Amino acid sequence: MTDELLNVQGLETQFNTPEGIVHAVNGVDFTLKEGETLGVVGESGCGKSVTMLSILRLIQQPPGKIVAGQAMFRGKDLLKMSNEEIRHVRGGQISMVFQDPMTSLNPVMTIGKQLAEPLMLHLGLTKEQARDRSIELLEQVGIPRAADRLKDYPHQYSGGMRQRVMIAMALSCAPQILIADEPTTALDVTIQAQIVELVIRLREEVGMAIIWITHDLGVVASVAHRVNVMYGGFIIEDSLIDDLYRNPLHPYTIGLLGSLPQIQSEGRKRLYSIDGMPPMLYKKPHSCPFAPRCKWVVEKCRLVNPPLIEIEEGHRAACWVNTKDGSVRDV
Amino acid sequence: MSNHEETLIRVEDLKVHFPIYRGVIRRQVGSVKAVDGVSFQVKKGETLGLVGESGCGKTTTGRAIVQLYKPTAGHVYFRDIDLVSLKEEPMRLMRKEIQMIFQDPYASLNPRMTVRDIIAEPLLAFGMATGKELDTRVKELMRLVRLDPDFIYRFPHEFSGGQRQRIGIARALALNPAFIVCDEPISALDVSIQAQIINLFEDLQKELNLTYLFIAHDLSMVRHISDRVAVMYLGIIVELADRNEIYNNPLHPYTQALLSAIPVPDPEHYRRRSRIVLEGDVPSPANPPSGCRFRTRCPKADEECEKGRPEFREILPGHFVECFKAEVPSPLKEVTFEENSILK
Repeated sequence: MTDELLNVQGLETQFNTPEGIVHAVNGVDFTLKEGETLGVVGESGCGKSVTMLSILRLIQQPPGKIVAGQAMFRGKDLLKMSNEEIRHVRGGQISMVFQDPMTSLNPVMTIGKQLAEPLMLHLGLTKEQARDRSIELLEQVGIPRAADRLKDYPHQYSGGMRQRVMIAMALSCAPQILIADEPTTALDVTIQAQIVELVIRLREEVGMAIIWITHDLGVVASVAHRVNVMYGGFIIEDSLIDDLYRNPLHPYTIGLLGSLPQIQSEGRKRLYSIDGMPPMLYKKPHSCPFAPRCKWVVEKCRLVNPPLIEIEEGHRAACWVNTKDGSVRDV
Repeated sequence: MSNHEETLIRVEDLKVHFPIYRGVIRRQVGSVKAVDGVSFQVKKGETLGLVGESGCGKTTTGRAIVQLYKPTAGHVYFRDIDLVSLKEEPMRLMRKEIQMIFQDPYASLNPRMTVRDIIAEPLLAFGMATGKELDTRVKELMRLVRLDPDFIYRFPHEFSGGQRQRIGIARALALNPAFIVCDEPISALDVSIQAQIINLFEDLQKELNLTYLFIAHDLSMVRHISDRVAVMYLGIIVELADRNEIYNNPLHPYTQALLSAIPVPDPEHYRRRSRIVLEGDVPSPANPPSGCRFRTRCPKADEECEKGRPEFREILPGHFVECFKAEVPSPLKEVTFEENSILK
């Protein structure tokens, strides 16, 4: 596979907390192809953000610790790079947009300064060049009167505009990968639609690959080519976008899709709900982490954790049970 | 849920303005018109959904109904009693009937109180139970919201978000209220937990014959739980209709844009339809646009819209809209959601 941009294998990350070790990511394998948009879906605490932060080594160590795995980016392991090298990758080749645009912008620095910083650092532009490029970038993300607004501070921007600035900043050095961590969660629906539209447009213009982390199966349906569903620190399903919605294989994905009300439906069906709650990860799960909430559960699920296996072409799931007929897989 | 013609709550031209003070002598220089003249009714046994984006005044409306904010003008009638004119003590007694559930289950429960104390507080405040009886009632309420009564002496931090919301619901139910204002009760919860809480709301409504004002920004959830839906924008209700009517046949341009912006969990959907993406942000409620409030972002706006505020008119039976441009689609036919979004 030549067009593979990022290949992550066996990633494990833990946090040492006063209550014990939290096993946040427990062996995650995935690949990202050039130009592809990968959606990573899961509920809070499933390990989706920690996975991406680990790859960029943005986990605070301690208490965090990347205990195993590799993340190959253009022939080099991000997890083994020197601090100097990884700093060049961050913001330069792989950049990130965070959920909360208020806390991720520096409140005492003007927007112009914050935008110019990576340009001068990674691309070696002069102050004037950086300023001109900043204006271009702000225009590109649809901020009106861009030149005037460089002097403004983050609090003078609305939530949606701040997120546009974050995106401008992330794209400023023409990265190959953009990691967007719940970029629209804090925004209203009409603003969310604006941001999604913007990212789709920029993806076509710039051609970068995107990892879009979200808990919203609706947003993912509008942007992603492929989706990884995470639960309990594992990827439990990996599928092309259409397959996932039309033919979910893992009981958790089936439950998650069933628990969403259908906006088009006239009638009032009771929502399908998954009983119980996501696991606390104080122990590394050696059985299927979803077993306590699963209605297809069989003895095997409580003994051995199912690996992520290809069940249909290009569609992987980590489940012992064939949810279509209830039979147990042996693999 | 059919036979509910009896009106429980009637809101008439409700306004809540918050003063803005400036300077050393704290002179009032203006006001934030958070709610600027809304009227609607809630019938007994129904769920009225109130949707809108942040800052549109939906929470303020909810709080003003419960009299947590003193309305600047207007009336809130509960069984024909005007709550706005009530003195403190009669209003306090009225709160037995009208309760509220808050958005953030982390902030709305006192971390130093046990679940028992939290749920018992309203019972004690109204002298409805004491001693053994109190514990029995608290356990009964915990069972009602599907919480294990053995957890009665635990503290809020020992519970998950969904369980905490159940505690908040139990507290609201303690006094057997008739009407509950649910202010974004599921927005802070995970997807798989949201469905659990929504199902609980529906079960409780049937069991206890409750009436809800359900405030939310999640339009698909609102459609699911509501009988009728009101859409707010910048302090006013722009459209109000039956749940299916408003989703199938939105007549206000804002409702149309809002509906088309909903993320739908179906990739097919995005290939079929084009979205109406609104430009810009919501204007400041301290200085709302003259005339129609939506005109600065409205794709259909012209000079007429600057002239004055449109009347909140009943364009079809039970379907209210505040827009000069809204027209009954003719010939009158069933327009599906997808068709409507493309129509623009």
